[in-house]
Amino acid sequence: FPGLADVSISQDIPVEGEITVPVGSHSPDEDYSTLDEPVKDTIMRDLKAVGKKFVHVMYPKKSSALLRDWDLWGPLVLCVSLALMLQGGSADSKDDGGPQFAEVFVIIWFGAVVITLNSKLLGGTISFFQSLCVLGYCVMPLTVAMLVCRLVLLAGAGTVSFIIRLIVVGAMFGWSTLASTAFLADSQPPNRKALVVYPIFLFYFVISWMILTFTPQ
Amino acid sequence: IACLVMYLFAEFDDAANLLAANPDATTISIDEPVEIPKNQHSHLQEPGREEDDELLGTDDSDKTELLAGQKKSAPFWTFEYYQTFFDVDTYQVLDRIKGSVFPVPGKNFVRLYIRSNPDLYGPFWICATLVFTIAVSGNLSNFFIHLGKPTYHYVPEFRKVSIAATTIYAYAWLVPLALWGFLMWRNSKVMNIVSYSFLEIVCVYGYSLFIYIPTAILWIIPQKVVRWVLMVFSLCLSGSVLVMTFWPAVRDDNRRIAVATVATILLLHALLAVGCLAYFFDAPELDIPAPIIPAHNGTTVITKSH
Repeated sequence: FPGLADVSISQDIPVEGEITVPVGSHSPDEDYSTLDEPVKDTIMRDLKAVGKKFVHVMYPKKSSALLRDWDLWGPLVLCVSLALMLQGGSADSKDDGGPQFAEVFVIIWFGAVVITLNSKLLGGTISFFQSLCVLGYCVMPLTVAMLVCRLVLLAGAGTVSFIIRLIVVGAMFGWSTLASTAFLADSQPPNRKALVVYPIFLFYFVISWMILTFTPQ
Repeated sequence: IACLVMYLFAEFDDAANLLAANPDATTISIDEPVEIPKNQHSHLQEPGREEDDELLGTDDSDKTELLAGQKKSAPFWTFEYYQTFFDVDTYQVLDRIKGSVFPVPGKNFVRLYIRSNPDLYGPFWICATLVFTIAVSGNLSNFFIHLGKPTYHYVPEFRKVSIAATTIYAYAWLVPLALWGFLMWRNSKVMNIVSYSFLEIVCVYGYSLFIYIPTAILWIIPQKVVRWVLMVFSLCLSGSVLVMTFWPAVRDDNRRIAVATVATILLLHALLAVGCLAYFFDAPELDIPAPIIPAHNGTTVITKSH
């Protein structure tokens, strides 16, 4: 850089000025500061997001909304309600009864984590929490099935009620598996899809078995 | 080989002559992979070793030796390291399962199917499926056996799931660990031609447990004879996979140790099957003894059993 070798600034020229960055105008709905809004708005926003995801599970089309804005509120609510509804099973001794609250919790969360790890290890491109979110939300049909089973069992515990429960649980199991597969299968390499779908099938099968074998006191 | 040697000497002669003429010239040497001697080496093996070739699958054992050195280079604390254990496609897993259910006499499961690409997908999910299959089938079979009885009240017996999980996962991981340690110890004393890595042993054990899944489902049938026939059949199939895998690894050892090792493998496998049948499935033709109610005049209710 031969031309700049002898550049110098004379001492009597002050160096001064202003540095400003031109900023676009702030419109009110782009203001992300949520500190000043009323608490009702904050809660309603999260509730709306959760509700939208429930609707997506009911009609499982491939939408990126469920995957993009993941949250774990819905899975937590579903898991707790399912575990609570599975309480009160008959037990002569503690060993022979249905699953305890902690067992249901552990099966659902540990199972979801293991399936997520499995799909990531097989080369899936979905992120860890997105997968947990999808698997948790797709427990919703089975929670509905549990509710229906408890209502049917209020009416009686004979063969007819068992057949009704079997049909309901079977249908919801199929719905859960199909819904979660619709969301998760696309993120897998094509020659490994079956390897990823099978553990999901096993997971919902175990939950369905717990629901179907629930017998009240 | 003589022609190759003459050719190489001729090249050296030319190079030497050239260098003598022009000492300042720069020379570039290129290393070529020496492939020809390796093939000739495999052809020179005696016919008595053909049995080993069949078992080892020598036609690409050379390639697998090379490949084995190139895999798994990521350090063990990264996620990529564990991804190398799940590097299987659907058809590969299905092939391995098929190989464990239909063992071809004389073919080694590890060399034929695993081929230095052991995976953890098969062992883990086959064990998980087996745990839940045994628990569910046991529960169902007990339900059908005790169905008509007036004193029977159905219980889901969920605690048995954790017991089944502990047993099966302990068997599928601790027994391979012990076996691997034992084989390493014997390898240090006697040079064996065949040695397996820990993951290959876990793989063989995991896939050999697959036959128990349909067996457990069929154990719902409440006939003692049927159950024992099924047990013996599945034990033969999965036991033969294990024997054909591990016999070449201990064959060169002291005769008694080799036989004792294979016998122990089979014994533990049989113990697992018998234990599962006895614990999770109630015996079919036995009535539940009615509770003994001491009546006022001292007589007791006699239980009815076949």
